[in-house]
Amino acid sequence: MSGLWHGKILMLMVVLTVSRHSLAFQARNANPSNQPGTNASTGNGTENTITTLPIVTWKWHHTEGPYLVALWVLVSWICKLVFQLNPALTNVFPESGLLICIGWVLGGIIYGADKVQTFRLQPFTFFYYLLPPIVLDAGYSMPNKQFMGNLGAILVHAVIGTVWNAASLGLGLWGCWLGGAMGHLNTGLLQLLLFGSLIAAVDPVAVIAVFEEVHVNEVLYIIVFGESLLNDGVTVVLFNVFDAFVSLGGPAINAVEIIKGIISFFVVAFGGSLVGIAFGILISLLTRLTKKTPTIEPGFIFVFGYLSYLTAEFLSLSAILSCTFCGVFCQKYVNTNMSEKSVNTVRTTMKVFANGSETVIFVFLGISAIDPSIWVWNTGFILLTLLFIFVFRFMGVFVLTWILNQYRLVPLGLIEQLVMGYGGLRGAVAYGLVFLLDENKYKEKNLMISTTLLVVYFTVMLQGITMKPLVNWLKVKRATTDEAMLAEKIMNRTFDHMLVAIEDISGQIGHNYLWDKWHNFEEKWLFRILMNPTARKSRDYIFNIFHQLNLKDAMSYVQEGERRGSLAFVRNDSKADVDFNKQFDTDFTDMPDIMGPDHIPVPFVRDSVPSVSLNMHEQDQKMRESEDFNAHHLLQQHLYKGRKQRHTYSRKQPVVNRDEDEVQEIFQRTMRSRLESFKSAKMGVAQPKKITKHSKKDQTEKMSNGKPADDSKIHSYGDEDFEFSEGDSAGDAAGGSFPMAAYKGGAGIVNPAYMAEMDSNEPINVAPSQRAQLRLPWTPTNLRRLAPLRLSTHSNDSFLLADSPVVKPTGKNQTANIRHPAHAF
Amino acid sequence: MGSTNSTLSKIPNVEELMRETGFSPAHIVRLYDRFESLDKEKTGHLRPEDFGAINRQDTVDFHSFVRILAHFRPAENNRPRDPSLPEPVNSRISKLKFAFQLYDLDKDGKISRAELLQVLRSMMEMQVTEEQLESIADRTIQEADLDRDDAISFEEFRKSLEKVNIDHKMSIRFLR
Repeated sequence: MSGLWHGKILMLMVVLTVSRHSLAFQARNANPSNQPGTNASTGNGTENTITTLPIVTWKWHHTEGPYLVALWVLVSWICKLVFQLNPALTNVFPESGLLICIGWVLGGIIYGADKVQTFRLQPFTFFYYLLPPIVLDAGYSMPNKQFMGNLGAILVHAVIGTVWNAASLGLGLWGCWLGGAMGHLNTGLLQLLLFGSLIAAVDPVAVIAVFEEVHVNEVLYIIVFGESLLNDGVTVVLFNVFDAFVSLGGPAINAVEIIKGIISFFVVAFGGSLVGIAFGILISLLTRLTKKTPTIEPGFIFVFGYLSYLTAEFLSLSAILSCTFCGVFCQKYVNTNMSEKSVNTVRTTMKVFANGSETVIFVFLGISAIDPSIWVWNTGFILLTLLFIFVFRFMGVFVLTWILNQYRLVPLGLIEQLVMGYGGLRGAVAYGLVFLLDENKYKEKNLMISTTLLVVYFTVMLQGITMKPLVNWLKVKRATTDEAMLAEKIMNRTFDHMLVAIEDISGQIGHNYLWDKWHNFEEKWLFRILMNPTARKSRDYIFNIFHQLNLKDAMSYVQEGERRGSLAFVRNDSKADVDFNKQFDTDFTDMPDIMGPDHIPVPFVRDSVPSVSLNMHEQDQKMRESEDFNAHHLLQQHLYKGRKQRHTYSRKQPVVNRDEDEVQEIFQRTMRSRLESFKSAKMGVAQPKKITKHSKKDQTEKMSNGKPADDSKIHSYGDEDFEFSEGDSAGDAAGGSFPMAAYKGGAGIVNPAYMAEMDSNEPINVAPSQRAQLRLPWTPTNLRRLAPLRLSTHSNDSFLLADSPVVKPTGKNQTANIRHPAHAF
Repeated sequence: MGSTNSTLSKIPNVEELMRETGFSPAHIVRLYDRFESLDKEKTGHLRPEDFGAINRQDTVDFHSFVRILAHFRPAENNRPRDPSLPEPVNSRISKLKFAFQLYDLDKDGKISRAELLQVLRSMMEMQVTEEQLESIADRTIQEADLDRDDAISFEEFRKSLEKVNIDHKMSIRFLR
């Protein structure tokens, strides 16, 4: 690790010495580094007439700009890498704090080398390149339901809270200045109000960075985070208003101007949101058409998101609001319109950009500090600012929350309020804004810069470090990262419906009523306009969850198979051809198309899905059996993760995966039980005499519990799959294929022996969705823990019949039966 | 207040009702007004036609009306519960029981596959085929069913909803 450091430093020194020749200290836009001054050139030979052909030339000042940009990004990210190597460190310090520290070190080096701070965070770069990805990611991965549910609280805090913070801070400072606590300062009320407004805003970057690691419960997080995003509307307005007032001068401010200021707030805030929503609609519409260009599809999101930011900025509306609402609005529609691959691409790439951006921002926040030219120290000002920030923040939070609690269903407790107050972190946005100030108008600009930097460091580092211990000490409710089970989700939905009904009965227009109305509107209009017809059909909430669960099941089983070698491993001596590939490429590319429930999976059947008959080894079965009974207790802790629920608060890991073992257990059980029922039918083919009898018995057992499927049903959709049953021992096997009633031309591997084994143990009849069977991802390379998968179609049977499924079952009653197949064929 | 009192006196057994459900007099009066407005024919009972809801009984009188709605009162969890008193109507357990009854149509104490299917059918917003519904029902039962009897008992129901914030999900604010 130290070697890495030395290498970096060395390289940096090389670059710096080279660049020093061509650098003039000049604040430039468009790069985090300074552009080279135009006077010097470093030996590039283009100006001079050449006397001989240069084989290699030193093209530094051609490449300097992009080179430095890339280099700085690389350096920032390597810093992140470096201290991630030491987990003890990251447990105590928030990552952002560490990045700032490294920034200091780097800044020191550069300063030492150049005697002048050549690199610093330029406001333009920050606002136009570094901030948009973060905001876009925030909007796109915002958990909408909670956001909308708490929108009232968020807005109250964002608007009223920020105004209060700004006003109180400005007035407080002004009062103290008048009182002489700060010594002699060339400033005035308006300037102090401006300063208050830019430092009052809670910063989204800092909030993400700190809360990321703390994992407080969702409501708390969403309120603080939502506030940090939405207060940009207020900040922009206040900043511009006070800036304009300062330019106008004190006397010119009368009621008209103030009213205009208030109006501008509404215009900026709502205008920004509308721009965002407009772009969200555009994206949704566009993704309807991008079926044929799946490669560029993800790119559209980024371009449009960025455009929404820039458009709002161009119209002097709130850019952050625009970007946020664009992301919030489009995520639902866009995610359903695009293919799964694209959705994953978008999500991952956004995280890369956002996280990367954040890293660069914090490093540069550190570097920019090492610049004596900006530092002005005024004890009174700085200390008072820090004090006021804290005090007024807490006051604001307490008062506002008390008001809100009168109207909230679940009141926010004192502990939550404390965390909310403490979580009011200031960050890079304030820094960027303060740099935009014109030093002619603001004589004390440097003081403000210094104060802002100190405030940022204080909040990010000190509050960041103490946030985790504070949260633990206060026993704040933490985030439940467990994914809800299907049962829970169904119940949740039921409750929603129930609440709507009750609200209706009791004559109240409540939260749920509004939700219901919005839902209806959405279904009637938005879905039709903004979503693909095919995508629309798959929109049902519960069904989607179910689908995702099944997908996950299938993936796990395939993975399990890989872990043990390959799918083929399970077959003992027989050598059937396992035709994975044939299945696979048709499978995945067709995935988005077969979303509609009325799509009969004919293509799969026609493609003669290959089948593999897997016979488990005895010991595997035994082991799994015992695991299974242990899995009983683990049932509550299911961690099924539907795609939608991957609430990516976590910037660092797109998927929070926990407790793999438990997941495995459940899947095992699920698939096992599914298989057994299927297997019994299959055995009906192979062993007309014995197995069918047994399976029939089992069927009746199973039937006694639930409602037995109609026999007519069996035939209606058993047709393409179970021709064998009709062929062979029609009567018996038909009964045996009852459990397959719900299966529909899917893919799965039959494990006759295995199922026969488990038949007697678990009379549970669970049918995987037809979709899951269609979608079983078959890459032989990523099989981990295999439980028998079910493949079916006619070819299935030929394989089955062709092979000799030699199985060694464990005890019970099937031994005789299983051994027969060897002889039968 | 005068009108409240007079309205209260119109309702029989109002004290007992208040005690049982925990509603304040003002609430009871409000609910009574609502009841009367729903009860267009002034029969003193609400029939399913009155609000298009499905009730277990054929009619619902004011007491039942209030009792049912009482389930949706936000629970007060800071009040120390006197263990000797019967479980308050709006506690978590009662809310869960109420929800359970919604599913358990034949009242045998278990949600069978058929009952679950029926609820699912009414909740699915788009066209889902029957076998897909069955798959979902099967999977749901499988997830929640701990004793493998292919039905969900109240205990299993409760356990599967452990993580759900029932208070939040089953409360209407105004009824506080």
